[in-house]
Amino acid sequence: MALLEVRDLSVKFDTPDGTVTAVDGISFDLNAGETLGVVGESGSGKSQTVFAMMGLLAQNGNATGSVKLDGQEILNLPLTQLNKIRAEKIAMIFQDPMTCLNPYLKVSDQMAEVLTHHHGLSKSDAVKRSVDLLDAVRIPEAKKRINMYPHEFSGGMRQRVMIAMSLLCKPDVLIADEPTTALDVTVQAQIMDLMSDLQKEFNMAIVLITHDLGVVAGSCKETLVMYGGQQMEYGTTEGLFEMPTHPYTMGLLKAVPRLDVESAKLATIPGSPPNMMNMPKGCPFAPRCDFADATCFERRPTLDGVAGRKVRRRACLKSLEELA
Amino acid sequence: MRQLETRSHQLGAKYRKFLVGRTGKSPGLVHIWEQFWRRLTLVKVKRAALLHGDRMFNFILRRVAVAIPTLIILLIASFWLMQSAPGGPFTSERPLPAQVLANIEAKYGLDQPTYVQLWNYVVGIVTEFDFGPSYKYKDRSVNDIIAQGFPVTLTYGVISFVLAIVVGGVLGMAAAIRQNSWLDYFAVGITIGAQVLPNFVMAPILILIFTLWLGWLPGGGWNGGEWQHLIMPVIALSTSYMASIARLTRSSMLEVLRSNFIRTARAKGLPDRTIIYRHALKPALLPVISYLGPAFVGMVTGSFIIDAIFGTGGIGYFYVNSAFNRDYAVMMGLTILLGSMTIMFNMVVDILYAWIDPKIRL
Repeated sequence: MALLEVRDLSVKFDTPDGTVTAVDGISFDLNAGETLGVVGESGSGKSQTVFAMMGLLAQNGNATGSVKLDGQEILNLPLTQLNKIRAEKIAMIFQDPMTCLNPYLKVSDQMAEVLTHHHGLSKSDAVKRSVDLLDAVRIPEAKKRINMYPHEFSGGMRQRVMIAMSLLCKPDVLIADEPTTALDVTVQAQIMDLMSDLQKEFNMAIVLITHDLGVVAGSCKETLVMYGGQQMEYGTTEGLFEMPTHPYTMGLLKAVPRLDVESAKLATIPGSPPNMMNMPKGCPFAPRCDFADATCFERRPTLDGVAGRKVRRRACLKSLEELA
Repeated sequence: MRQLETRSHQLGAKYRKFLVGRTGKSPGLVHIWEQFWRRLTLVKVKRAALLHGDRMFNFILRRVAVAIPTLIILLIASFWLMQSAPGGPFTSERPLPAQVLANIEAKYGLDQPTYVQLWNYVVGIVTEFDFGPSYKYKDRSVNDIIAQGFPVTLTYGVISFVLAIVVGGVLGMAAAIRQNSWLDYFAVGITIGAQVLPNFVMAPILILIFTLWLGWLPGGGWNGGEWQHLIMPVIALSTSYMASIARLTRSSMLEVLRSNFIRTARAKGLPDRTIIYRHALKPALLPVISYLGPAFVGMVTGSFIIDAIFGTGGIGYFYVNSAFNRDYAVMMGLTILLGSMTIMFNMVVDILYAWIDPKIRL
């Protein structure tokens, strides 16, 4: 049994203009100590997938399906039970460290409250432990800096604070929602290194959401590709990069700028993501797909295994030969 | 802390020297003063240390330094504006004989050029703290009028202010926390109603209900500030401010509850109570606090209607009437009083702001 089992997770929002399906039937497994990459364009439902897992959806959001952590169903738990799992077993870091820390509270207060609340530590013990964690995420002079406010830290340092804060209770699963998107490239690399070091130390499973394929290639064992709220392809990162079997994955990989190939223009996928309010009947990617034919617009592909590959699954009506 | 205590002690010693040198007061009095000063400064120093160290002192000093030219400009501008308005304190429908008018004006110095009058006025204030005579109420000075009316205004103004903050704040917060519940709809409905109902409409309605129909409360008067006399003026004055504060609190609380750092707090598994009181309250109060400056001044000054309808005898009544009567000195005195209160309260608001928002440095 995997540590985290997600089955057929869907998220719908009731809006004045109708129901929006933001996430449609996502399933994956994740074992302790492993990292799953979730990639896709903005608006493909990556963040809403993990918000649903954490119970952080907006008030008009509805999640269906199943999310099992250590065999326990955690989707749509009542708040009091959910609060025992949050931070304790499953923690989260967010995209924008500038706005995700409370600007009106000292870092020491924001970190210590996690431990005083969940573990009943005294304030001074909690602060001591928080300083240890800040040391672990390599914040210099942690003892002094813990008494500062978030705005007195740089962006990279703030994300380190976020990471330290999420690890206070040694969670089994860490969800990282685009943890490096708001940071510059050198800081990105430091944060990714730090996360993989901490993962080994704490034996955590990480769900890493990103739209940076470079980040995925560097750190994820398996990767899930999302488009229009649906799962397009799933497989080992290595296999996926070596031989993508879905036109969308192919497009994404082609769009990665390369240093070794000289070309005048960056490759792109023409068109724009579908309107979630009004999803096409067939494959959501069909309007932008080079290989699409009439049936692609009519029938929705199912997520099927790929012959000869153990973990690979793809949602495409075209056979591998047709895509070659 | 030790350093700070030493510092406050030094300050105290300085004042002791000053006191003994100037007034030759008995050592006992000086001792009491010293103790008082020590306490006072220690509280201030501790408070300042809690905030931003000595910055707080500097901030207040700076603000006071800026307040003085502001007050001077206020004084000159209103003096000049007032004098350039047509008519004078002794103009009436049946004009006085020219010679009589000239005599009266000469007695009060009104025949002199404006700048001479202004100079004399300022000299009077600085040397004797004398804000001049009232031209309308001939047996009273401006100081008398303020001494009589200001405590009244301050009493019901401050009570209204506190009531508006407490009720408005609690109502707004409750509405935001239970958004889209019956409580929220009730709060929104009642605040809209309260905002559109002006106090000159509300005051007569209150009198109609509580005095004429029910006979529970006196319809007017002050009677030394007895509670029966306070209720209706306070309600009439505070309701619209209460409504504004409730609406402000509600909308800013809603905004804060949707912010990213509240999502972080939820992800940390904190209970709702902690999230609201520790994480959301301070930022949600910021817009409310910036409204408190004008609201306070409004409640302490804008009470002409209250004074007129309930006959409470506060300065609001004198203020408006002094403008109609060209009662120059009363008008100037009240302008200076309310001007300095505005400046002071805005300073308090700024300090509160800095206390809440660590990004603001005084």
